[in-house]
Amino acid sequence: MSLIDTIVQGVLLGGLYALFAAGLSLVFGIMRLVNLAHGDLIVLAAFLLLVLVSTLGLNPFLAALLVAPVMFALGYALQEVLFNRTLGKDVLPPLLVTFGLSIVIQNGLLEGFSADSRRISTGALETASMAAGPVTIGLMPLLALLSAVAVIVGLNLLIYRTALGRAFRATSDDAVTAGLMGIHPRKIFAMATGLAMVVVTIAALYLGTRANFDPTAGPARLIYAFEAVIIGGLGSLWGTLAGGIILGVAQTLGAAINPEWQILSGHLAFLAVLLVKPRGLFPRAVD
Amino acid sequence: MTLLQLDGVSKRFGALTVAEAISFSVGEGEALGIIGPNGAGKSTLFNLINGTIAADSGTVRFAGTDVTRTPPMARCLAGMGRTFQIPQPFEKLTVFENLLVAGSFGARRSEADAYDRCAEILHDTGLIDKANVPAGGLTLLQRKRLELARALATEPRLLLLDEIAGGLTEGECLSLVATIRAIHVKGVAVIWIEHVLHALTSVVERLLVLNFGRVIGIGAPAEIMASREVKEIYLGIEI
Repeated sequence: MSLIDTIVQGVLLGGLYALFAAGLSLVFGIMRLVNLAHGDLIVLAAFLLLVLVSTLGLNPFLAALLVAPVMFALGYALQEVLFNRTLGKDVLPPLLVTFGLSIVIQNGLLEGFSADSRRISTGALETASMAAGPVTIGLMPLLALLSAVAVIVGLNLLIYRTALGRAFRATSDDAVTAGLMGIHPRKIFAMATGLAMVVVTIAALYLGTRANFDPTAGPARLIYAFEAVIIGGLGSLWGTLAGGIILGVAQTLGAAINPEWQILSGHLAFLAVLLVKPRGLFPRAVD
Repeated sequence: MTLLQLDGVSKRFGALTVAEAISFSVGEGEALGIIGPNGAGKSTLFNLINGTIAADSGTVRFAGTDVTRTPPMARCLAGMGRTFQIPQPFEKLTVFENLLVAGSFGARRSEADAYDRCAEILHDTGLIDKANVPAGGLTLLQRKRLELARALATEPRLLLLDEIAGGLTEGECLSLVATIRAIHVKGVAVIWIEHVLHALTSVVERLLVLNFGRVIGIGAPAEIMASREVKEIYLGIEI
């Protein structure tokens, strides 16, 4: 396997990790909420996609269009009835509640779908690829990377160019004063989590079609998402993409040396970045 | 017509009474000044009016509705604008974005509408040159102007100004007073807490004196400033 091919595959894998991370980054940036159930929500969305694809025979992309609004509503409701109650000066309650939610989702999925590994079939797309010199690019991994770029462009436009985005930033800056400007911070937070769940649906589409997943697959996705966010620097979505790519390349390089080293080398790259730049490569948040 | 009416509003923090049976009213388009020594409960009174803190007893009526239990956001939407003694801009947003937030949520304007209106307000408040500067980088005078501009962008019927002239030079103060007078002339009711008396009396029609959370007097500025009690309490002159 050539070095260039390994790196290209790593960059493509990084697109998937950036999709895992973008929703996490959005929610943390706006309300300083660390959602430990983020990975499990990705897996939950993947199971919803699986149900639509396997029972109705829908195209996975079409299924994602249907699942996205459902996940948006779930995120909105979760924030309204659960997460909003945990937000405050103390950082512990949100961690405990989202950790509990993570366990609930995992066990719920285990009850409903058993512990079997699943995969969402994309038919001919699954093996479709194109050759570019010495490199072979799979169509689905390429779409994952392009989707990650599209999601980040879209989120940046939303955050910096729309009234809702300004409300996100104003509330993040000072929720009390935002209230005096006619903004309802709890509703704004609910919108943000809803949006994050739309991104989660896109991440689930590429997770479920790329590899096997089972009800306990969430926490590992959460760790990759965290690492991508922290390597990139808190508060910067483009940094998150870079973080995802660094993680992906480190993993494929590790795997090229010895397949058992894939996960370990990703974590080592993460540690190395933390040692050199503790605030990440492109930090934006000052606090 | 009465715009704001307080009836027997009281608030205690433990043994400390910060507002005791405060009653007064402000008419549509009227300007009322509030004076009183430090710790008299002036800013607390604003918190009670705009709902940042809840009254223990008494009622606050605004535009004909009882708003005593209404949260600050709803009071903003009903037409109450407020500036803080210590300016609290959204520091990471630009000056223009600070106003747009207030314009599109507080005044519920559409994007295009909010752009025009906010640009106009920036012009009126002398901040148009700073429109695209992050608010965190402003000087004190500019921050105070931004407080005023952002409150105006919510298009209030009642504007609560908390020591907006404090800490400014004489020239800065004069131009700020001119801006406030222009706002008042357009029909916005103003309640203004201020230590800079000549600035205050050049705008307001009535003065209210507060001490230890109680209303000591309310009336025409000349009358109030001539009263013995006010001189003793507020100006610290023994007569």
